[in-house]
Amino acid sequence: MPVADLGPEIALIAGAIAALLLAMVLPQQRLGWCLAPALVALAVAAFWALAQADAVRLTFSGTWALDGVTLWARGMIVAGTALCLILAPRWFAQDRRHGEFYTMTLFSALGAVAMAGAADLMQLVMAVLLSSVTGYVLAAWHRDWALSVEAGMKYFLIGALANALLVIGVILLMGMAGTSDYAALKGADVSSPLALTGLALIVSGLAFKLGAVPGHAWMPDVAEGAPVPAAAFLTVVPKIGAALALYRLVHLFPDAEMLRPLIAALSVLTMTLGNLAALWQTDVRRLIGWSSVSQSGYALMAVTVADLSPDALPSLLWFLAAYALANVTAFAVIAHLRGRTALADYAGLARARPGMAAALIVAFLSLVGIPPLIGFMGKLGLFIATIDGGYAWLALAAVLNTVVSLFYYARVIAPMYFAAPQGAAPTILGWQSGAAAVLGTAALIGLGIVSGPFLDSAIAVIVLP
Amino acid sequence: MLTFAILLPFAAAALLAFAPVSAGASRAIAIATAGLSLLVLVVVWAGFTPGAGFQAVQEAPWIPALGVAWRVGVDGISLPLALMSGLLFVASIAWPMERDVNARQYYAWFLFLEGASLGLFLTLDLLLFYVFFDLSLVGMYFLIGRWGHGNAQRAALKFFLYTLAGSLLILLAIIALVLMTDPLTFDMRDLIAAQPVAGMDLRAGLILLGFVIGFAIKTPLFPVHTWLPPAHVDAPGPASAILAGVLLKMGTYGLVRIAMQMMRETFAAWALAIGILALISIIWGSIVAFAQENFKRRIAYTSVNHMGYAVLGIAVAGSAVTGHEAARDLALTGAMVEMVAHGLITGALFLIAGAFWARTQEYELGHYGGLASGAPRMMAAMGLASFASLGLPGLAGFVAEVQIFIGAFAIWPWLAALALLGLIVTAALFLGMLQRIFFGDRPPALDGFTDLTRTEIGILAALLVLVVLIGVWPAWLLDMIGAGSALAFGGG
Repeated sequence: MPVADLGPEIALIAGAIAALLLAMVLPQQRLGWCLAPALVALAVAAFWALAQADAVRLTFSGTWALDGVTLWARGMIVAGTALCLILAPRWFAQDRRHGEFYTMTLFSALGAVAMAGAADLMQLVMAVLLSSVTGYVLAAWHRDWALSVEAGMKYFLIGALANALLVIGVILLMGMAGTSDYAALKGADVSSPLALTGLALIVSGLAFKLGAVPGHAWMPDVAEGAPVPAAAFLTVVPKIGAALALYRLVHLFPDAEMLRPLIAALSVLTMTLGNLAALWQTDVRRLIGWSSVSQSGYALMAVTVADLSPDALPSLLWFLAAYALANVTAFAVIAHLRGRTALADYAGLARARPGMAAALIVAFLSLVGIPPLIGFMGKLGLFIATIDGGYAWLALAAVLNTVVSLFYYARVIAPMYFAAPQGAAPTILGWQSGAAAVLGTAALIGLGIVSGPFLDSAIAVIVLP
Repeated sequence: MLTFAILLPFAAAALLAFAPVSAGASRAIAIATAGLSLLVLVVVWAGFTPGAGFQAVQEAPWIPALGVAWRVGVDGISLPLALMSGLLFVASIAWPMERDVNARQYYAWFLFLEGASLGLFLTLDLLLFYVFFDLSLVGMYFLIGRWGHGNAQRAALKFFLYTLAGSLLILLAIIALVLMTDPLTFDMRDLIAAQPVAGMDLRAGLILLGFVIGFAIKTPLFPVHTWLPPAHVDAPGPASAILAGVLLKMGTYGLVRIAMQMMRETFAAWALAIGILALISIIWGSIVAFAQENFKRRIAYTSVNHMGYAVLGIAVAGSAVTGHEAARDLALTGAMVEMVAHGLITGALFLIAGAFWARTQEYELGHYGGLASGAPRMMAAMGLASFASLGLPGLAGFVAEVQIFIGAFAIWPWLAALALLGLIVTAALFLGMLQRIFFGDRPPALDGFTDLTRTEIGILAALLVLVVLIGVWPAWLLDMIGAGSALAFGGG
């Protein structure tokens, strides 16, 4: 077996084990050092993935697709995970044991990569389960804090149901098509009701990881209750994997009856529900959680028109990158402010902490899609792809939702910039989170302006099988 | 050259945002930057040949995959608007701040807004057009929300939401239009030449609808004008001047450049409907303005009325009624002059309104009276601007309106006749406003009212001299516009 094909993934496992071993010998106040092996592993994974950039083949007996989608997934997930982990040492400084946090996060990232790379239904199930099981632990890490435990519990309950549906769906589809191999499934006849039911169940199972209707309810709770580094991770990384896995699924059955309309309907429901629920939130983390739900809806737009427009895949990739960057930046700001989340705490932030206020404003404007930020390029691609693919009404729905979303982002931006500061300036976490926020902001602006080469490479991406 | 004019304000804005310079220094930097940008534009104007298509063109690749590039250039339609914007920005930036807080950021946002506004008029790429369109919203949102008064945050949010809705509709329409081309291109010149939706029916109509709604929100036309009064009333005076003088023009400029030039046939089919929309705005704007007791709100509503004239001119020009080329030509020239004139006149009026607020924190007409003796310079400036606004011959507004009406009479006489009613109401409302502010008994609260300072009068003089100049000797402006070439270029 060509073991080197999975080099980046093996690097993640090695890093996770190294972090775990290190955690066993380090005293409590030095547990943050476990960040080092984790970051090294992520860097190795990134470079290894880049070395395989030109590979287009199925590997490991056809269960793993080594193609442009996997490359992009590896890149985005590794970068996102690194940014989230940088927040962790200071955040968990008072935590009794958090060395394992790095291990869990790396395993969860591995699950997300495996979701995006899966070229076999069984492999997909394995990936989703790995990503989920680790996710529950990450969400409930603050065992003594009710909100965190609630987040973990809710994530677990919804996840258990969704994963069960996913497995049933996979079984139905396998039973009807006679194989779980994507290469063999490509273009297979899935017109029988059972197979279609199976497809729909798989979609709903992946919708859970994506944070889309009907599996979205955990997102706001996790955003609010999970430790901020974990919240940043869980609202972003599994979503990348799930969105790409869904794309592969639609790519596999481009003509399956009702599949596209189903995803289009989920897309509209998700963006609308997420935005309406976010409108009156008074907790900024919860607001970001609901906004993450709505962003999943936008991502589904590109999945809907998979293969109908040449821009569908590039726009999905670039949109996911934009979303990940903006969301992680927003959470980095919140971590930097030591997790302050009441809306009132943000009044006058532009004067008390101008850098952090600017970072949060840029992140939110990128989520709205204001040019020339990267979020605009992502959304522009989505609009082009959906209109080109014949789903102009979906683009119109997204436009209406974007206007609604500006309202709640402005509810945070306005007091930050317009109101006078109340009380003393908020204390901050440490330079790492600040640096992550500043780095993210620079990337939101910079990558938006120099989108060209990235889009070129995204357009050249080939999907297997 | 043009690239420099756009990027310079952005660069200066970034400098002010990060460098810890004093309030005085930031003011000086801002004025110098705006002046330099204007100077660059004037240099371009000096080398401009009227009627020779797009000039001073510069291109640089940006996103080749989508056919997007940094393209700038000017023709007779964009150059006057860019020049007017450049001048109005110098005036507004030089105008004393109303609420003297956080000067560095105030000037940074103003320069940011200037870069976005000039970029919008100068770009030849549809996507860049949209980018600058949105950036202008962001700049104005922060200016109104932070430095406005009254219920400024609410007004700023309403402005942002309304115009973002409009701009996103425009984005969808742009995408739908561009997707008709193969290979994809956002180049305005190619799109004008290609007429991508010619001969299509429903789809072309929907695309036009997207543009018209989007630009109507920005212009604004009835019934989507409701964001305008609060935004104007609560914005600081210089921001109001920019909002009325520059940002509203983006709507009409978009109508000419995109809807009329790139979708000639479709626009012609719907020109009458757009004309009727303009008529409603003209009448509605003037009547509602007449009823306002808050004089800044009154001026704001006259913008609805005046922009209605401009849209009427555009509708006439795009109507493609054969045999009336001269009339359509005249109407387009009129619409362009109206845009320039309205920018200068209403810009001046809002700056004056800002001067009133700085002195009394009051916009209600009932609060004023008898200021003629105490503030003669104020009266002269406001009187001149008001007369220009109501269309007195010899001033800029008249030149514009007379051409629009002549053009409209040739094509749709009944519509033009009805629109004339707007002129009468406008005259009444401006005269009434002047009378109530400057004549009658002076309330004791106004005893210490100071006249315009030397800075203020200097800035207003620069704007109003141009208003008079356009009124008595409009040839240079009409030459620059050269509507015939714009029509031949885009409307045949």
